[in-house]
Amino acid sequence: MFDFLDSGQYDLLGAFWVTAQLALYSAIGSLVWGTALVAMRVSPVPLMRGFATAYVNVVRNTPLTVVLVACLLGLNQTLGVSLGADRFEDIGFRLAVLGLVAYTGTFVCEALRSGINTVPPGQAEAARALGLSFTQVLRLVVLPQAFRAAVTPLANVLIALTKNTTVAAAIGAAEASLLMKTMMENETDALFTVFAVFAFGFIVLTLPTGLILGWAAKRLAVKR
Amino acid sequence: MSSVLYDTPGPRAKRRNVVYTIAFVAVLALVAWWVLAALNDKHQLDADKWSPFVTDSEVWTTYLLPGLTETLKAAALAIVIALPLGAALGIGRLSDHRWVRVPVGVLVEFFRAIPVLLLMMFASALYREFTTVSSDFRPMYSVVTGLVLYNASVIAEVVRAGVLSLPRGQGDAAVALGMRKGQTMLYVLLPQAVTVMLPALVSQLVVIVKDTALGGALLGFEDLLSQNRQITANYGSNTIATLTVIALIYIALNFLLTTFASRLEQRLRRGRKSPSATLPAQAGAPEAKPEAVSGA
Repeated sequence: MFDFLDSGQYDLLGAFWVTAQLALYSAIGSLVWGTALVAMRVSPVPLMRGFATAYVNVVRNTPLTVVLVACLLGLNQTLGVSLGADRFEDIGFRLAVLGLVAYTGTFVCEALRSGINTVPPGQAEAARALGLSFTQVLRLVVLPQAFRAAVTPLANVLIALTKNTTVAAAIGAAEASLLMKTMMENETDALFTVFAVFAFGFIVLTLPTGLILGWAAKRLAVKR
Repeated sequence: MSSVLYDTPGPRAKRRNVVYTIAFVAVLALVAWWVLAALNDKHQLDADKWSPFVTDSEVWTTYLLPGLTETLKAAALAIVIALPLGAALGIGRLSDHRWVRVPVGVLVEFFRAIPVLLLMMFASALYREFTTVSSDFRPMYSVVTGLVLYNASVIAEVVRAGVLSLPRGQGDAAVALGMRKGQTMLYVLLPQAVTVMLPALVSQLVVIVKDTALGGALLGFEDLLSQNRQITANYGSNTIATLTVIALIYIALNFLLTTFASRLEQRLRRGRKSPSATLPAQAGAPEAKPEAVSGA
């Protein structure tokens, strides 16, 4: 029943390794991009605020599939952007990271904004009374507390991101769901086993994330 | 809400803000210039690549609108099937009986942990192997099946959270009136929970609309996104123009739904506040606590 696993025909671990890498790089990228977006979104400069709000509202309402397909068909095949890769899978991988960062950044931004909203106004007011500038208020007082309050929403974003890496199959990144598609076409007599294996793989990837970050959220929460 | 982070700008801060604005405009202009130059270089800005969407109604009647119809059909079917299923699962998870609560909980957590694309692919393979659904309808069936399985379990959680958010007294009062468990749920708890849940349910609709595009990209579902292949093949590889128009349709659709959801939320919050204003005894009721997260 499980003979397709050790036939050597399919690189199951390799596919899940690509999924994990996609999730990791996109998570780091979207954390940085999301923090930049939220800083713009609460900044005193109206134009930056407007830009960040518009960006978040537009990208959040676009299907991720459209974002990734636009990365491949638009950026790569039309404009010739390949991000320094030359193999098809590598191009797909890098474009997928780019698309996932652009998309997930908006959700990170919203998670952090909800975290900022939990910081009592008195904190920022006290910081301003001490004469700190906007960047100092944000960097030293508000964001550290906001991040701690935002661990739970950020964990949800990370889990959603891990699941969203499957969409990268649409642009040919050699990750788990693409392999599953191939296997579903070849191993027609073992459909349920194939599905169970891949489902198990994703549960292994997402469940510890939820548990560890849930525990971290409790540890890190600012006691008020 | 964010103005607490900085003082009202004085003369110096105003000057600094102007400098920042100019620098930011410069960066944006540079990026825009680079993008436009790249587009122009590949002849993607030529008028004949964009004009079909304005002058040629056939682009809309043969490709975009049928695609949009398929997308909306799949989304509507998915929500219509997922809602009752999700409500049933949500209530099942609140059951007093262990043998109902535990399996339903496992089911809900399982389908929530699996990417919806995997569910769609699995459904597609199952329909191919075990049913006689013709290959024309198989993509639609698989997309809807995947969406229903995933969203029913998400809705189950929404329903559970909605029912649990109600004051305990509501259930107790119903029991005191001699209602049975089913009656308590059906006539007392659910109607109140629905108003709490509505905004979350409408937001879930946005997720469903967005996820239908997966079928278009990977399962051969002839939805709005998949039309880009036909259009770019027939109208002279106007990839950028086509994708822009398709993305704009999705954005407009989802923006309408998001706006509707936040309107609904505001309205419901107002609606819930007014009766408590007339009853001073409830002035300290839970909804009086400050709203931490401001609406989108």
